[in-house]
Amino acid sequence: MRVKSILLSAREGSDWTVPGVGWEGFRFFAPPPSGVRTRPLGGRGREWTVPLREGGGALRDEKKLPPSPNAHALAPPPFPSFPYGLRALAGGSRYCVHVRREGWANMSTCSVSKGCFVFKPKSKKRRIASTADYFNDSKNDSEDSGLRFATCESLWKQIKSETEQIQEELNKQLYDNIIRFLRRSHSEFQEKKTEWTCRMKSSEIPTAALVLGVNVTDHDLTFKRLSEVLQDNVTPYVVSLQAKECPGIRHLLQKLMGQLMDCYVEDDQSEEEDYVTVSKKRIRCSLDSLTDWYECVTKKTDSETPSKKRTSSSRWESPPIVVIFKDMESFTTKVLQDFIVISSQHIHELPLVLIFGIATSPMIIHRLLPHSVSSLLCIELFQCLSCKEHLATVIDKLSVVEHFYSQPLSVLCCQLPKAKKRVNSFSHEQCERIRSLPSFRRYVESQVSEKQIALLTEDNFVKEVTQILLEDLHIYHENYFPVLKCLHIFTSSLPKYPLGKQIRELHCACLEKRVWETEEYESALQLVRMLCKADLVAMLQKCVKIFMSFPGKEFGNTVEKLKEFLAQFQNLEAEASKVQDEPMSSQKELQKKTDLYHLQKTLLQLKDSRSKKLTKFEMLRFEVVDFIDSLVRNYLAPAEMQTLHEVVYFSAASTLCEHLNAAPRTALHTALNKPYFYLKNQALKSDAGCFSNKAPDICIAYKLHLECGRLINLVDWLEAFSTVVTAVKGTDADSVASDEVDEIIHARFIRAVSELQLLGFIKPSKRKTDHVARLTWGGC
Amino acid sequence: MPTLEHPEYPEATLLHLESIMPCRESQMSTLLSIFGERQQYSFPSIFIYGHTSSGKTYVLQTLLKTLKLPHVFVNCVECSTSRLLLEKILSQLQSLSSKTKHASHTSCDTLNQFVYLFKQETMAEELQNETIYIVLDKAEQLREMEANVLPAFLRLQELADRNVTVILVTEIVWELFRPSTGCFEPLTLYFPDYSIGHLQKILSHDHPPEYSADFYAAYINILLGVFYTVCRDLKELRHLAALNFSKYCEPVVKGEANERDTRRLWKNIESHLKKAMQTVYLRELSSSQWERLQQDEGEPGQVKGLSAHTHVELPYYSKFLLIAAYLASYNPSRTDKRFFLKTSNHLLGPKPFPLDRLLAILYSIVDKRVVPTGNIFSQISSLVTLQLLTLVGHDDQLDGPRYKCTVSLDFIRAIARI
Repeated sequence: MRVKSILLSAREGSDWTVPGVGWEGFRFFAPPPSGVRTRPLGGRGREWTVPLREGGGALRDEKKLPPSPNAHALAPPPFPSFPYGLRALAGGSRYCVHVRREGWANMSTCSVSKGCFVFKPKSKKRRIASTADYFNDSKNDSEDSGLRFATCESLWKQIKSETEQIQEELNKQLYDNIIRFLRRSHSEFQEKKTEWTCRMKSSEIPTAALVLGVNVTDHDLTFKRLSEVLQDNVTPYVVSLQAKECPGIRHLLQKLMGQLMDCYVEDDQSEEEDYVTVSKKRIRCSLDSLTDWYECVTKKTDSETPSKKRTSSSRWESPPIVVIFKDMESFTTKVLQDFIVISSQHIHELPLVLIFGIATSPMIIHRLLPHSVSSLLCIELFQCLSCKEHLATVIDKLSVVEHFYSQPLSVLCCQLPKAKKRVNSFSHEQCERIRSLPSFRRYVESQVSEKQIALLTEDNFVKEVTQILLEDLHIYHENYFPVLKCLHIFTSSLPKYPLGKQIRELHCACLEKRVWETEEYESALQLVRMLCKADLVAMLQKCVKIFMSFPGKEFGNTVEKLKEFLAQFQNLEAEASKVQDEPMSSQKELQKKTDLYHLQKTLLQLKDSRSKKLTKFEMLRFEVVDFIDSLVRNYLAPAEMQTLHEVVYFSAASTLCEHLNAAPRTALHTALNKPYFYLKNQALKSDAGCFSNKAPDICIAYKLHLECGRLINLVDWLEAFSTVVTAVKGTDADSVASDEVDEIIHARFIRAVSELQLLGFIKPSKRKTDHVARLTWGGC
Repeated sequence: MPTLEHPEYPEATLLHLESIMPCRESQMSTLLSIFGERQQYSFPSIFIYGHTSSGKTYVLQTLLKTLKLPHVFVNCVECSTSRLLLEKILSQLQSLSSKTKHASHTSCDTLNQFVYLFKQETMAEELQNETIYIVLDKAEQLREMEANVLPAFLRLQELADRNVTVILVTEIVWELFRPSTGCFEPLTLYFPDYSIGHLQKILSHDHPPEYSADFYAAYINILLGVFYTVCRDLKELRHLAALNFSKYCEPVVKGEANERDTRRLWKNIESHLKKAMQTVYLRELSSSQWERLQQDEGEPGQVKGLSAHTHVELPYYSKFLLIAAYLASYNPSRTDKRFFLKTSNHLLGPKPFPLDRLLAILYSIVDKRVVPTGNIFSQISSLVTLQLLTLVGHDDQLDGPRYKCTVSLDFIRAIARI
């Protein structure tokens, strides 16, 4: 028996009529989707047929089959929504037909079973569960989930606004630079014409190469903001182009002109009527018409300028046209070259300015454009600052939610006075929770016994202590950062960076364990001990600045101490001139004594004296290092050592990693190998090794295929599948005595196989007939 | 006594032509003799070719303008389709025939239509008895249009039955144009490259008004001495000359040297020009940056060129992915076992490799255990969009995709260093 399958396709929204000739008379063995025009076959109730159409006869044999109306096949549905599997019977042959709705892009599915794929129509927009629901629905809603959510949200808002502000500030400088560049290049454009040098110079198109970098979060937003800024400050004519919109020069020009004409209309409401007609007309997309348009527009505005009282500072007489290429790398060389060559010919009438958005490195310009083209450009480089810190904050933000969700005591994670109030209103249960915190237990154990009893029995006392502890925690947090920054200043300039280049690396190191016990810290201090004076003084001055900028009184002494050090260094300088004489004299002695023995002796002496005697500077340097070391030991204790740290600090980074790093393959494997993990159906609960016939077909097929090698024989696979599926019935096994595999099981198998193919586990193979190739490694 | 002779035009005009187009006398006289007298029929099509900036367009344009011959001048780069080209020619013809500029836009889709419309446009009295010249600059673009466009233009005179000459201007030879089916052979005319003497003459021709011609010629001499070995492009040389001239004049302006003191001036300018060759000429620095540097007396080292910014920030795994891709591209797979031995495979160019191999190498070069998360796969695809990797072959997602690494060794070194 052979199973033929045929591919049909139906477009989204269209009727599920089965296209092509010769499909009439097909019978379906499962209810077809509502769109398929079928009628039930009388009597049997489990079969449907496609009604005969005029002119089309029923299919008699497979020779008349249309060469599979392959058309475009369709993308797989996201796991685990299963497509309809239908089987149709026509004439004497069996066909397995999978009908799916056409969705996704025009990806082709070369399914093992050439089925006709009908997808279920998309369900209407599902309500997206908000974070608030997430909190409320969860099991532990007794524990202030509402309050926790509110706190979390307010914190989140604060973080968000702060990050946005940071980003804005970072980009502001960039925008300012670009605007300055535009102004300058444009004024050159206007001044041209007369001077001899300008006549001689070839007319280059001013170009800004904007290097954003791969790590920068959102290029789109940056460009959007940039064009807004430009529109506000420089020119109404800003066009941004994307590579995917411009496969050819014609599309590029079309896009360019479309955006320009539109932006003009938007910009001047009063003149709309005049120009709508122009823009509506089918304009020939060439730079000629663009030049005409530009001339027209500028003339018009020029003549009307006085009446409209336009401020000449914001708008210039002939504003430049800014063209932004958002993703320079993706543009084809030809399009870019053509555009540049064409526009360079019109540069005298049309003040174009190009902005290249570059994600990698500016070298790409030279790679994309030959010298003959790049010589038409006047390129200046602008680099966006890297936003590493910004990225770090974003991750912080994510951890906030998880923290609030999993830690009931996180209600206390807010401003100090608020937190105190909340502690006062704690119930007995919550006090118990505090008691159960490991860090609190440690604290209790360190107290004298009477106090221990009080802590364990009296709620009020616990509350009091908690408040004090919280206060300590906040102070610890406040003091932590200035010292951290200070340490960073010392370590960031050391050779080989034993404690990392970035402050975040240092931060991590300090949070993980006692930093002063690590080897890296030791070696860093060793290196600091070898710093020259100028560096040391500069660092100390920086540290003083940092401590001064923090309002806490804590560091008053520290600042004074540091200043003292600085003063001592200055004194040293005064003394230094005297000290210099000393080695000079010893060298003179050296020159006097010429015989070898004496020379050796003196050299040895010199060496000794050098190692023993530390100069004053060296002494001072040791003092400084010791002082820094003491600071570190005092303030940079890891957060885990603080009592009640669980309340404020988030430690379950691994959960976060799981959320951030999707592992689709692992998830798929789990879903297919242990369906119970997702489906939570008791019947499926079984050992991973054995097969349950109650599992979804695809799971059975998947498990079977894990046992195969690189190539899988379809017939063997089907047999194994059928054995597993029919195994339950046990007694029924005899009834299927014949070789024939049940039709339904066969259809189920075909469906499972094509699903596996869509998931990328197997593909059809040309090496052996009736075999498919595995695409993943690993066995059971 | 002018070298150009023509019964039609007065001697003064010819002399003037000669003075504004030095070193192109022979080409001009050939063209003039082909054109003949105004009302005479000329050769149906002329094919002019020669290197970049050998004066092809300039000579033609000046000739046609100065002699006031009716002509249409179209740059084919701007016309991506034949339709745009034809319409452009027609609209220019309109403005030729009628002095009043009526902006009626004629649409013209096919060549047949074009010939018809062309005939109509040239009915006008003033165009009747003169040869009309249609100049198609950058004519190599014609080859990308429909197959009938080029042959039709070559014998437009015959098709339209009008006194018209089509001139094709291009940088490539006629053999690359000739369609396989054959066509009317145009008259070909070669514009040879300017020799160093020519360049000297042309460049010194337009000197700034405030300085003497000799002074400027001396400057050009020095300039050519530095740049002639790398650049013979007249346009580029002119540009460079204009950029650096102020520096050359500096001692004169300051009164440290007089115009005849060539040696001192040479000393002053030579190193400067060499720096220019390394920066401006390669477009490492833009001209405006260069000028600003000159004004500020700064060292060019202060402003970094484009290539100096090779540092590319990539996500953690992307770096390793890229390095792995590079290794996979340049090492044959059988040497994978031998600890990624580097051979001189760089000359052979990057070779495609399957995804599995990329991942296998990745696992071996990253110290930690790498989980093949969606994170990594998405980074591969973003490397492809950044054109650091390219996808080779068909785009079947299920079939193991093959990639190629497109970055250079230097780039990879820089990445590996971070």
